[in-house]
Amino acid sequence: MKRVGVFVCHCGVNIAETVNIEEVIKSIKEYPGVNMAQDYVFMCSDPGQNLITKSIRENKLDKVIVACCSPTLHESTFRQAAKEGGINPYQLEIANIREQCSWVHPDRKEATRKAIKIIKSMVEKVILNESLEPVKVPVTKKACVIGGGVAGIQAALDLADAGHKVVLVEKTPSIGGHMAQLSETFPTLDCSQCILTPKMVSVSKHPNIKIFNNSEVVDIDGIVGNFRVKIRKKAAYVDPDLCTICGDCSDVCPVWVPSEYDRGLAFRKAIYIPFAQSIPATFTLDIDNCLGLSPIACGKCREVCEPKAINYDVYDTIIEEEVGAVIVATGFDLYPVEEMAEYGYGKYPDVIDGLMFERILSATGPTGGEVRRPSDGKVPENIVFIQCSGSRDPERHNSHCSKICCMYTAKHAKLYKHKVHHGNAVIFYIDIRSGGKGYEEFIQDTIEKERVTYIRGKVAKLFQEGDRITVWGVDTLTGQKVEIQADMVVLAMAMVPGPDSRELIKKLKLSTNHIGFLSEAHPKLRPVETMKAGFFLCGTGQGPKDIPESVAQGSAAASKALAMLSSEYLHHDPDIAMVIEDYCCGCGICVSVCPYSARVIDTAEKIARVEEVLCEGCGSCISACPTGASQQKNLTDSQIFNMVDSILKGV
Amino acid sequence: MKVFEPKIVCFLCKWCTYAGADLAGTSRMEYRPNGVSIRVMCSSRVDPQHILRAFEKGADGVFIGGCHPGDCHYQNGNYKTLRRIELLKKILTSFGFEKERLRLEWISASEGNKFAKTMNDFINNIKNLGPAPKPLARR
Repeated sequence: MKRVGVFVCHCGVNIAETVNIEEVIKSIKEYPGVNMAQDYVFMCSDPGQNLITKSIRENKLDKVIVACCSPTLHESTFRQAAKEGGINPYQLEIANIREQCSWVHPDRKEATRKAIKIIKSMVEKVILNESLEPVKVPVTKKACVIGGGVAGIQAALDLADAGHKVVLVEKTPSIGGHMAQLSETFPTLDCSQCILTPKMVSVSKHPNIKIFNNSEVVDIDGIVGNFRVKIRKKAAYVDPDLCTICGDCSDVCPVWVPSEYDRGLAFRKAIYIPFAQSIPATFTLDIDNCLGLSPIACGKCREVCEPKAINYDVYDTIIEEEVGAVIVATGFDLYPVEEMAEYGYGKYPDVIDGLMFERILSATGPTGGEVRRPSDGKVPENIVFIQCSGSRDPERHNSHCSKICCMYTAKHAKLYKHKVHHGNAVIFYIDIRSGGKGYEEFIQDTIEKERVTYIRGKVAKLFQEGDRITVWGVDTLTGQKVEIQADMVVLAMAMVPGPDSRELIKKLKLSTNHIGFLSEAHPKLRPVETMKAGFFLCGTGQGPKDIPESVAQGSAAASKALAMLSSEYLHHDPDIAMVIEDYCCGCGICVSVCPYSARVIDTAEKIARVEEVLCEGCGSCISACPTGASQQKNLTDSQIFNMVDSILKGV
Repeated sequence: MKVFEPKIVCFLCKWCTYAGADLAGTSRMEYRPNGVSIRVMCSSRVDPQHILRAFEKGADGVFIGGCHPGDCHYQNGNYKTLRRIELLKKILTSFGFEKERLRLEWISASEGNKFAKTMNDFINNIKNLGPAPKPLARR
């Protein structure tokens, strides 16, 4: 006879308020196989866990049910307690009577009845549970970081410094991300490139880091600890080892293309270096805009290149890297210009986005750091900033707050006033969100010392009149309409995940929220892990955040990956497929349905087997098995039948 | 008169729908308590036999929840489920069970709202259908 102990948690009042615990205990005690049932106010607390360990010993329990919150929260906690009590941890199961009962069914009678059913069905399951040992999987001690922005850079450096090999994959020609485009950073006003470029150099000089620029992750297969990353590296027409960055190639190149780095405010050549401090430090040939590979078409750059670094005869390559962990740092894009018709963004040349203004303010920008408007190069004397452009507008655009716009708009206004002393700066805002160290002081300083006008309200429309832009808005504090003739308008556009990152995230099967930002495994307690084991996240791909937060998250993701990479073996959940050899006819259906190649036919014995290290335990092969030879450990067909029966019994 | 309360068994995939049901809980979205869930790793673990067993033992409806197409944690398990369920529905109707008694839905981990709504909707549909036909006595 099995001896099952049932422990019912009150979760304070979270469960006890709607579920009649006394009645549950009474009913469960009578259920066949149940040896004892006990309740406690917080089962997950130390005394609660001790209660379980002690009861296991005292009542000689061999199986345990804890009726509490969802298994995603405390299954491992209680399994540890079971282990301490002297039984196999897989002899403990969770009955979810909080998320799927007390919190959703306010009627006490109904909730109590359902809680009893849930617990009984789990008792049926645990009775047939076997004692299992986790599957040991060796770990490949190497990580892949996707995205070379500041978060990815930080993660790569931390991993590499700890002695692990890192593959850093960057889509564009240079690492650095959006941070490399910024002028100065809030709230300290230190120069963005001055603090970023040393880090970029450390990455390029680090013996443990291999940078794949102009590259994209095509696919990742394998399992946690042993992933195979397929990377498509665009043909490198310029050999980075030979390129001396002299720039002769660029000088002779006849093709002008709007510069991505300067967000279209300046032009670059088809053979170019994105910015002076690019890493890898090499020119790149933009083949889409190049006149032609054949020397008959152009080929001028190859002629002038003295170190003979340019070679047209190269192709895209697919590289495969074996890694143990993946850090996804895919970053953000600004909300697409086409979406903001009401502000004429993309139509009027002097209506620009925040990143363009960063380039205008930057000493390395198209105006050499002087504030001049794009249309005619005049110094704008009246400038309007509009916060929340595309953010906090669930009806037409995005519902989310882009978080950093309040701060960078204040910074923009401040830097503008530093450069154009007589100019007028007006900021339209909904709220000012300045929760950060030194942030509120920064805002106050902008208002009081720099005399920037803040108007609380939204801008309804922008339109060009002559060489100025008319801004129609409302001051919601006074209720008055506002009309401003501006020389230039800067929109604090919403941060959203870019189309390429969305596609990649979809391919990697990572979950996202409705905007497309990566979802973390737990919003509070597992902020840099994903639901997919071995995948970690950091940076703005997870949600809008500023530089310090991105860096902190980069380090956090690295430390989580490190914890994994520094152990010799990973322990896999053992509730995977198994074969009852006597039933197996060797038909091989399991082999054809397995997505992981974990099912194989043993040709000598003519039966199917399970490669335990590869099996992820999905159970596809089990329901496909025509003879019932394939079973899932601790979720066999018999267990499911018994659970179904118990759910339907006596109703 | 006693009101008919349908008995429903739900098979929820661990990665999407079970997590969605948890989210409905965390967000305190009320729904009818008729369904009791069984957590499976993937909706493709659900064998037609499990569903038939439920109907045999007196279930008025069976619900299966999986990840959205293309989002399966195990690459393509949900497509296998889709094919199986569609076939099974045909068989069920030939035994006199309305095909609405078996429902397959894609509900992601972030769709707590959809889970609660779908549950209520499914339970209401079954209520309108009335109790399931009496299963054949086991010989």
